[in-house]
Amino acid sequence: MDKDFRQTVMAYLAGKLTCRQVAEAITDYLDGSLSFWQRVRFELHLGMCIGCRNYLRQMKKTIQLLGTLPPDPIPDHIRDELLRRFRTWSHHQKHTGERSEQEWR
Amino acid sequence: MTEHHKEWTVRSAYTGEDESELLEVLRKGDEAAFARLVTRYSGSLLRIALAYVPNHAAAEEVVQETWLAVLEGIQRFEGRSSFKTWLFKILVNRAKTRGERERRYVEFSSIAGESADSEEPMVDPAQFDHAGRWITQPRSWDEVTPERLLLSKESRALIDQAIASLPAVQRQVITLRDIEGCSSQEVCNILNVSETNQRVLLHRARTKVRRAIESQLGSSLIDG
Ligand SMILES: [Zn+2]
Repeated sequence: MDKDFRQTVMAYLAGKLTCRQVAEAITDYLDGSLSFWQRVRFELHLGMCIGCRNYLRQMKKTIQLLGTLPPDPIPDHIRDELLRRFRTWSHHQKHTGERSEQEWR
Repeated sequence: MTEHHKEWTVRSAYTGEDESELLEVLRKGDEAAFARLVTRYSGSLLRIALAYVPNHAAAEEVVQETWLAVLEGIQRFEGRSSFKTWLFKILVNRAKTRGERERRYVEFSSIAGESADSEEPMVDPAQFDHAGRWITQPRSWDEVTPERLLLSKESRALIDQAIASLPAVQRQVITLRDIEGCSSQEVCNILNVSETNQRVLLHRARTKVRRAIESQLGSSLIDG
């Protein structure tokens, strides 16, 4: 294909999406829920727009960061209480089977 | 390796190969198995519960109730979904009920703008000109690593704050998807929302957290 022609086509297709539309579609893009042609246009726009490339990386980094937030540990008194309840439960399990599920609580 | 990184590695081992074995011995009444599951998941449960109820005490009670419900139901759990999905679903149902009850007494902050079809824009409109182009080009965050950002207490607090101030449903979705690492299908299953709604809510939530990080970067890490 003629190089100039290809560039024109690419510019045309990419030009169809604005930066705002790209920013709006990032989660759809990352989830793989864009149609084939939407994805092509999305990626063409990215190829020509440093701002959107940076924005996409910022969003990816945000997601990565969220995935590293450690949870607060469960307070000891709750853990102890749960283990105490567990002993009652397993005791009931062994002696009465499933018939009296509610009683142990 | 930083503290956070270690935590992360532990959390990634969630779907662990040993889980079905663990459930098997739990059914037989093995306390150590129960203790391990409680340790593994309670922090996550607490965090998800906080997206529904207005305070820590209520969230802790919901977590406790959830584990008791697990004991009640474990003999009937057939493993059609993963244990994690099943567990999170039990928690969400209980937290929802509890949240509705609490809301009658407490002015709950973020009812407005909760549903996916509200008018709330998907991005911050102030960032774009009339033709939809960036007014200020987003910059590179290549210097930023999660570890570096989380090492600072202020940054951590700021991110927590950004998540806490999201509308409840957005917070629920981002907590399950990005913080707890559930798949899109799992989230839809747990929250009973469509995939499209889930993505809209998730995108809005991510956009706000990104903005909070950006503002934090602007104020500290650039010169730090
Ligand atoms: Zn752009």
